[in-house]
Amino acid sequence: MGSTAPITVERPSSDVRPDLPWVTIVWNDPVNLMSYVTYVFQTVFGYPKEKAEKLMLDVHHKGKAVVSSGTREEMERDVQILHSYGLWATVQPDSNK
Amino acid sequence: MCRFSTPTACGRRSSRTRTNEARVAAGVGVSEVALVTSGFSRGKDGAVVTVFEPAEVSLLRSLVSMMLGIVSPGQTSEDPLERALGIGDSAVPSDPVLARLFPSAYQDEKEAAEFRRYTEATLRDGKRADARTVHETARAGRAELTPEEAQAWLRALNDLRLTLGTKLDVTEEVHDEVAVMSEDDPRYPAYVTYDWLTYLQDSLVRALW
Repeated sequence: MGSTAPITVERPSSDVRPDLPWVTIVWNDPVNLMSYVTYVFQTVFGYPKEKAEKLMLDVHHKGKAVVSSGTREEMERDVQILHSYGLWATVQPDSNK
Repeated sequence: MCRFSTPTACGRRSSRTRTNEARVAAGVGVSEVALVTSGFSRGKDGAVVTVFEPAEVSLLRSLVSMMLGIVSPGQTSEDPLERALGIGDSAVPSDPVLARLFPSAYQDEKEAAEFRRYTEATLRDGKRADARTVHETARAGRAELTPEEAQAWLRALNDLRLTLGTKLDVTEEVHDEVAVMSEDDPRYPAYVTYDWLTYLQDSLVRALW
């Protein structure tokens, strides 16, 4: 894929940064396909397939998963992009802080 | 979430059967047996190859036209400055389909309203642009989509599935339900169309991977 990604994420995208205070959460829903959600995580965040699949399975089995962390502005941007792909995503302060 | 490519989900009906059933459901008829399975495959340089029959193109165009009817343009404010800045409505849409297409970004209502005011108009315009791309690039026979067009198709197919899925109140077991549903069931045409869209979307994801 790579070249098919329409969105460039400028910040380091290889992992969820636990030291930052805001998180993006994706919630499970009955419509979105497992293959599609994995693909969206790879495309939007640049995550490798294994990591994207693990996050997708977390959403599927646990009902939700933290998919990215950062500043509030970064998380709002992530949520907006995820909404454009039809995922059910929300922003919140990191409750583990 | 919905798992599609499992033996239980796909074992009962082939993609061809599914396509034909969707066409029957849409009232477009099954005229000839095609030699190639419809859907998407990987092309050169990030392009995606599409293969559709004329009836499928008609069905796709009518579905995305419906989408353009459901999702009105985003910039509805009467204030020209707000319009220019893409500032719109802050209320959660009362229609469940629109509420699902434009979910709240915060669990806190006030924060959700503020975020929606500044983002929903842009999202609406994006969904309309994606629907128009499908309308303009859906071709009978073999055709190619650019990488950008393929992304628009991916989002538009998902918007259609979210719309139908919300109206039908589907569960994660929808494919198993369709597999055993009687053709006389009044819900059958809509469910088969949903299943066909699911097949297409999964086919497109696999072509992009």
